[in-house]
Amino acid sequence: MIGRLLGKKLGMTRIFDAEGTALAVTVIEAGPCYVVQKKTAALDGYDAVQLGFIRKRLDKCPKPLRGHFEKNGFKSGFRYLKEFRLDSVAGLEVGQELDVTQFEIGQRINVIGFSKGRGFAGVIKRWKFQRGPETHGSMSHRAPGSIGASAYPSRVIKGKKMPGRMGNARITVRSLQVVDVRPENNLLLVKGAVPGARHGLLLIKKS
Amino acid sequence: MDPIIDQVSKDHMRADLPDFQVGDTVEVHVRIVEGDKERIQVFKGVVIRKRGSKTSATFTVRKISYEVGVERTFPLHSPSINELRVVSKGKVRRGRLYYLRSLYGKKARIKEKQVS
Repeated sequence: MIGRLLGKKLGMTRIFDAEGTALAVTVIEAGPCYVVQKKTAALDGYDAVQLGFIRKRLDKCPKPLRGHFEKNGFKSGFRYLKEFRLDSVAGLEVGQELDVTQFEIGQRINVIGFSKGRGFAGVIKRWKFQRGPETHGSMSHRAPGSIGASAYPSRVIKGKKMPGRMGNARITVRSLQVVDVRPENNLLLVKGAVPGARHGLLLIKKS
Repeated sequence: MDPIIDQVSKDHMRADLPDFQVGDTVEVHVRIVEGDKERIQVFKGVVIRKRGSKTSATFTVRKISYEVGVERTFPLHSPSINELRVVSKGKVRRGRLYYLRSLYGKKARIKEKQVS
């Protein structure tokens, strides 16, 4: 199996392992995913597999996508389509179903998701700056302070930590431990946290 | 809350423990692993607090050990709890019995609840 899957973050809870240690786990609804397209080095210049996740009615899909699905023999479309680069696509068939059984308890996986967007964030939230005093005549409550020297270098150095858009970025969390696999409801229980909001799309890869 | 998460949590909750309230005197039989040996330790005292819900619920038991007050907090659904026995029901009017900490001797007793 390729060890790649798409999933939906359901949320977090706390469970106990066999020794009685409490673990914080993230519950991921992973798969079933379907191979929608195979890409090969001969035809496309690289090897990859395109996976579809969460079924969607064909008439709800945009027309170009509908054609893409129909051409590959699907009776329904998918809400999410994601491509995974692979060393080889041998052994995979278009239409093949992939589910959580390709992961096992104790295995390490990488999870990719988009972090929660925080909008235009100040320097305290975004870069963990110290805040200024609240009172005693202070006016620099959450201000960034000095952003550099004056005459020399007469400019702000590149990469200076400043306020700006925060979050909504692609984040990879590596080497998360699989605590439980439940094929009956396609669940993957992973130790620790995973980027993004509930019901956000996650890309799962074996490490 | 998501019903699936609810179900996952429920699978890790224990239904075999007896119902007990704050003020009850309980015996908690804790499984202790030392190296490869396992033994059971009994912690007996008054429940002074119950908090949390689902798998993260905990309760705190207070006892006087060699004239020193000892409090221990257990996760309610922990598999390390081998057995939980309610020794007696207490009659209390509060949800958190922190006032017991400043009392000792006869004052720190809790009246037993008359169960009809």
